[in-house]
Amino acid sequence: MNFIISILFSGIAVSVIVLIPWICIGAIDGAFMRSLFGIIIPYAAIATFLIGIVVRVISWSRSPVPFRIPTTAGQEWSFPWIKSNPIDNPKGMGGVILRMIFEVLLFRSLFRNTRLEYLNDENGPKINYEWEKWLWLAALAFHYSFLVIFLRHFRFFLDPIPGFVHVLESLDGFMQLGIIPFNGFGMPGVYITDGLLLAAVTYLFVRRIYIHQVRYISLPADYFPLFIILGLGLTGVLMRYAIRVDITAVKELSISLFQFSPKVPDGIGVIFFIHLFLLCVLIAYFPFSKLMHMAGIFLSPTRNMANNNRFKRHVNPWNYPVKFHTYAAYEDEFREKMIEAGIPVDKGVEATSESGKKE
Amino acid sequence: MADTPKPEKTARINHIPPLMKGWMDTPVEIKPGIYCYGAKPKNTKAVGMPYPKEWNPTDDDWQLPENWKDIIDEGLRDRRDKYRSMKLFMDICVRCGACADKCHFFIGSGDPKNMPVLRAELFRSVYRKKFTLGGKIFGKFAGARDLDEDVLKEWWYYLYQCTECRRCSIFCPYGIDTAEVTILGRELTNLVGLNIDWIAGPVANCNRTGNHLGIQPHAYIDMLDFFVDEIEDITGLRMEPDINRKGAEILFVTPSGDVFADPGTFTAMGYLMLFHYLKSLGLDITWSTYASEGGNFGFFTSHEMAKRLNAKMYSEAERLGVKWILGGECGHMWRVINQYMDTFNGPPDFMEEPVSPITGTKFKNANATKLVHIVEFTADLMKHNKLKLDKSRNDHLKVTFHDSCNTARAMGFLEEPRYVLNNVCNNFYEMPPNTIREQTFCCGSGSGLNAGENMEVRMRGGLPRANAVKYVHEKFGVNMLSCICAIDRAVLPNSMDYWVPGVDVCGLHELVANALVFEGEKKRTLDLRAEYLPGMEDEEDV
Repeated sequence: MNFIISILFSGIAVSVIVLIPWICIGAIDGAFMRSLFGIIIPYAAIATFLIGIVVRVISWSRSPVPFRIPTTAGQEWSFPWIKSNPIDNPKGMGGVILRMIFEVLLFRSLFRNTRLEYLNDENGPKINYEWEKWLWLAALAFHYSFLVIFLRHFRFFLDPIPGFVHVLESLDGFMQLGIIPFNGFGMPGVYITDGLLLAAVTYLFVRRIYIHQVRYISLPADYFPLFIILGLGLTGVLMRYAIRVDITAVKELSISLFQFSPKVPDGIGVIFFIHLFLLCVLIAYFPFSKLMHMAGIFLSPTRNMANNNRFKRHVNPWNYPVKFHTYAAYEDEFREKMIEAGIPVDKGVEATSESGKKE
Repeated sequence: MADTPKPEKTARINHIPPLMKGWMDTPVEIKPGIYCYGAKPKNTKAVGMPYPKEWNPTDDDWQLPENWKDIIDEGLRDRRDKYRSMKLFMDICVRCGACADKCHFFIGSGDPKNMPVLRAELFRSVYRKKFTLGGKIFGKFAGARDLDEDVLKEWWYYLYQCTECRRCSIFCPYGIDTAEVTILGRELTNLVGLNIDWIAGPVANCNRTGNHLGIQPHAYIDMLDFFVDEIEDITGLRMEPDINRKGAEILFVTPSGDVFADPGTFTAMGYLMLFHYLKSLGLDITWSTYASEGGNFGFFTSHEMAKRLNAKMYSEAERLGVKWILGGECGHMWRVINQYMDTFNGPPDFMEEPVSPITGTKFKNANATKLVHIVEFTADLMKHNKLKLDKSRNDHLKVTFHDSCNTARAMGFLEEPRYVLNNVCNNFYEMPPNTIREQTFCCGSGSGLNAGENMEVRMRGGLPRANAVKYVHEKFGVNMLSCICAIDRAVLPNSMDYWVPGVDVCGLHELVANALVFEGEKKRTLDLRAEYLPGMEDEEDV
């Protein structure tokens, strides 16, 4: 198993996933196929997604957190005259919430990232920790673009279109006016997030091959979701800018799905079914994959616990008594030597001879 | 014992993993200088650990129990249900690689399986095969593999090349903590009788004699007496430490390493001198031979063993009837005290909220455990001007400070030691920001890996720390690396000699005692190492 096989495996898997709806709708077609890809699979995927996440989170929660093990990344709370760092080393719930907000919304830990630079010449080794925020930046761009694009899609799910969608669209599409002299050539407005998402996913893919260490640790399971999301983004972009589909019909389908009276209108192009199928695979795959980091981060004991164990008791639900070597047993073994050395003892010399007799 | 290669050779490190051959297809090779000797049966037997045996990790046959796979399987299931950390950390890693170049062992060795992510993947791969649908169906393509003897050997080899320092966890966007993986992984290896003797020996000793080094009570007294004589030579004053004294207000517990070998001994002398100084101010403190170990090698064995050894501290506190406990300078000791002790063996209701008898300061942050760190105790004394200090006595030293992994990342004990340091010396220089405080580097020999036979890997793991010291050594002329950890004091001298000759290692309380001005002391011409104080070189040593 090496990176080429990993990439091929994931690449082929995603190609097959694209081909399935392409063939089934594009070549075979028919009412059954359209219901299958327009109704049954989406419902199944959403059900898998929701149930899968719930089951996984419950499964995590059922394992207790026996010890309070936050990783502290700043000064602890101690004397009033020492300034503590309540975010990176929270003392209580408030600090933990702040820490989690920074972690979840701004990827604070990833922001610390550095890159190792190792030099070795006649003066001996020299280690530098270089500036490296690209991963952090790409991760932020990727996740936030994805979020905005997801929210923009509410224009297809809801009627009338909610106000926040309009706000997002105008913010995201401020380039809609075109840049003089290129006045759009009749193209619809370009969304920044479309480009950002594709760029970020591409970067995340390229760094997996380009950075030696990351290449070595990457599994097919790392390429697969990237390819799926790339496919999702590309089909979406294609639909918007090149291969137009009947948006009214698409909206009719999605609203009917959400109203639980599903109906696939005629005239929706095959590319939409490819887009939808990629999404279905992504969300159905979600609960079984590393994508669960989205939920897992909230449960991570090194981040969501306060560093207050010295002043607030933490109980281990499965704590059990252990046998330890008692002082009495210790004194029994060393009593004579202790007395000789002038160390106070509990029992006195008589006990020595008694315990001696027992043996 | 393997010869340790010269630094020039060790420094030739290739951080680029193989291009075409994946890690799963690369079987483990157990190399001398890297691995530690297997545990001796007498040590594992002494504390009732399973499958004691005489074994050598380089042998093909590791004499595993016949049903070892079932034992590991059962052990994995058990821990999965008991530790959310384990379950979660097996599931959510995205292999972003942020941790990859943060590990001192990877930086110093280039061995790709020392990347924290891969160390955990050694485990995850087996976990996936056992517990996930994808792993069962797709096998290798899902990053899953069966557990066989080679995999177990690989686990063992790399679990004992991790010092549980948690530096990687600081950089992980999900806080995945390799220390958890290593701790639980080591528990599993122990279930089938695979441990290292450098851990099993101290555990057996600590259980019986009260400390890792196996110092018996009378010998412990002898060692303290030796310090008393030394101090008398230097100061003209005779310390009178109390041992196992009932009715004392405070019990003092510190790692035994500091009474055993230089340069920790100078720190132990520092404690004795501080206590003596404070006696007239109302300090009522006793040492104990039964609880004569602050450190806890049980923590490197299993949670249960950690709890067994840790139990002695509260037990002894109760027997002696003290009000609270003062803890010495130590790294993993404080990880256990801060994050485990009260949960393990508390609540210690027989004690009271710690209050400094000298300043009246209430240590509110130690309310539950009743354990105060000696550095915060001393910092409080300094803040209240209770110590007469002559900083210039440390003027022959240019000092830098090494944050111990555990006090930094499992506590956040960053400012107190610096405050103390600034009060006792004039020349304090920080190492570069990526190598101190929460980003501090391990000494390279923590978590029970400070044996002799694995010197090569220790020097490799110690390289990032040493390199940062080298920077301040060359830039500011730093000649003293101070720290608050007994293992640091035991191992950093080796890695300094190896990578940065000319830098010594000390504990904070050695510097405190150097600077401490006693009523009625003789003219101080020597520091605790019996070396001349600045400007005293011409003085006759009387």
